[in-house]
Amino acid sequence: MYAQMVKTDGTGVKDRAEMSADEQAFQDRIDRGEKIEPKDWMPDNYRRTLIRQIGQHAHSEIVGQLPEGNWITRAPTLERKAILLAKVQDEAGHGLYLYGAAETLGVTRDALTEDLLAGRMKYSSIFNYPTLNWADMGAVGWLVDGAAIINQVALQRTSYGPYARAMVRICKEESFHARQGFHIMMKMARGTKEQKAMAQDALNRLWYPVLMMFGPSDKDSVHTAQSMAWKIKMDTNDELRQKFVDQTVQQIEYLGLELPDPNTKWNDETGQYDYSDPDWTEFFDVIKGNGPCNVDRLAARNKAWDDGKWVRDGLMAHAAKKTAAKLAAE
Amino acid sequence: MDKDLFQYLLRLGDNTLVLGHRVSEWCGHAPVLEEDIALANTALDLIGQTQLWLGLAAEVEGAGRDADKLAMLRDIWGFRNLLLVELPNGDFGRTLMRQFLFDAWQVINLGRLMKSSDPRVAEIAAKASKEAAYHVERSADTVVGLGDGTAESHARMQAALEYLWPYVGEMFVGDDVDAALVAAGVVPDPASLREEYDAFVGRIFATATLEMPESRFTHKGGKNGAFHTEHLGHMLCSMQWLQRAYPGASW
Ligand SMILES: [Fe+2]
Ligand SMILES: [Fe+2]
Ligand SMILES: [Fe+2]
Repeated sequence: MYAQMVKTDGTGVKDRAEMSADEQAFQDRIDRGEKIEPKDWMPDNYRRTLIRQIGQHAHSEIVGQLPEGNWITRAPTLERKAILLAKVQDEAGHGLYLYGAAETLGVTRDALTEDLLAGRMKYSSIFNYPTLNWADMGAVGWLVDGAAIINQVALQRTSYGPYARAMVRICKEESFHARQGFHIMMKMARGTKEQKAMAQDALNRLWYPVLMMFGPSDKDSVHTAQSMAWKIKMDTNDELRQKFVDQTVQQIEYLGLELPDPNTKWNDETGQYDYSDPDWTEFFDVIKGNGPCNVDRLAARNKAWDDGKWVRDGLMAHAAKKTAAKLAAE
Repeated sequence: MDKDLFQYLLRLGDNTLVLGHRVSEWCGHAPVLEEDIALANTALDLIGQTQLWLGLAAEVEGAGRDADKLAMLRDIWGFRNLLLVELPNGDFGRTLMRQFLFDAWQVINLGRLMKSSDPRVAEIAAKASKEAAYHVERSADTVVGLGDGTAESHARMQAALEYLWPYVGEMFVGDDVDAALVAAGVVPDPASLREEYDAFVGRIFATATLEMPESRFTHKGGKNGAFHTEHLGHMLCSMQWLQRAYPGASW
């Protein structure tokens, strides 16, 4: 999941009796499964929450370029280099598309970018972890994009039209990324002794951070109820996490790798896998800015933005000159 | 083996390999999201062309190597790219200026190669020239936009042009490899492209309010491998690292 702990401003889900007539009508539309479109009336809270959620998702796509970009210049073959470039390019495209969806709610991409760069808005905790060996390029596609898909497939049914449509388009590409990532893992897991060790190392390192992508456990998740009532969150964090574990354990076994969590066990009673919780202290540390890469990631994005200012200004100035010249000629 | 053709194909493939690599270094660090996407796209095209050129080079060589082995397992003296493309990225202005200076040449050269007497060369050139036409349109637009933008962007683009200009001439210096292939109708005479090139880039620089340097001095040593810059070795360190560290593995 690329959006974690998205705040809803209210004090919880309102009773129908507490709702204004507008709010009641709005909730009825959502309950009937209608899509809310940009020009429709919506509660301020809904708008603000969505801006936070879509913005966080967009920022994740952008910052997410960095850990994978870290390996583009070291990709081992021309084909791997091309595949990785194309993937990172897709992620930038997702960012663009999501910022577009956020803009329909009345914010600008530049304002959201400033919020990211100033640390006022977050991006997924997963991108604050480093990519340390080539198998990470497999593991990230397989696990990180895989986890994102679980959440985003559900969000295709989200109540806000532009967001739902963005998810449909993005999910197709994410599935492709996950398959390509798994393919790298297969090569590595079935390769030389060293390659297999890289694959295991990547899996071990990324396992818990990926479980954290779904957000804190339901009992600690304060904003879920309102978001679910609005259908901008379709399942709880723990439900999504369980789904991910259930599908991934079998893939790990297929790869012939060791399970990173020795407590992973099939539970006949529940019909799903038991697994160990990630270290939530670590999660909250990362969210607060103390992950292994938080400082570097944000610094890299700030540097790109600051270094690029003269380029943006130059291109804008040129566009303005051209418009002026065209007007003068008319 | 046709030694001259092999050398020439290495030149084409190494140009796109090295420039594609340089452009890919921008990934995630561009001035604006649209540029991140565009730069990745350019790099992707260039790497794709590399696969074709080096793939054909390996076939012509007939020594059991493939495009990857050529890219990942030659040392500096084996590389045949123009010095221009191995120069470090510098700021965005220099990267785009370098791209434009290369694209402008590439699009002309590929146009001639499409008429090559060797159908394999003509076929790859036809495919690559579609991409090159798009690249040059974009890089020329950006050179114009930044050249004729703010005072700062203008100054940066002029500085980039002056830094890069002494590396342009190498594109037009012919040698025995060229001469043999020119005689066989496989490739154009490099010197014969200069007039069209100067006219084209001159037009763009005029629109961009940039001054084209007058000097014709040129650094050389890239396309014949005699004298690369110090920069190439560092690039190969990262590019070839996995293949060198884990020989024989399949990725
Ligand atoms: Fe994405
Ligand atoms: Fe992703
Ligand atoms: Fe993805």
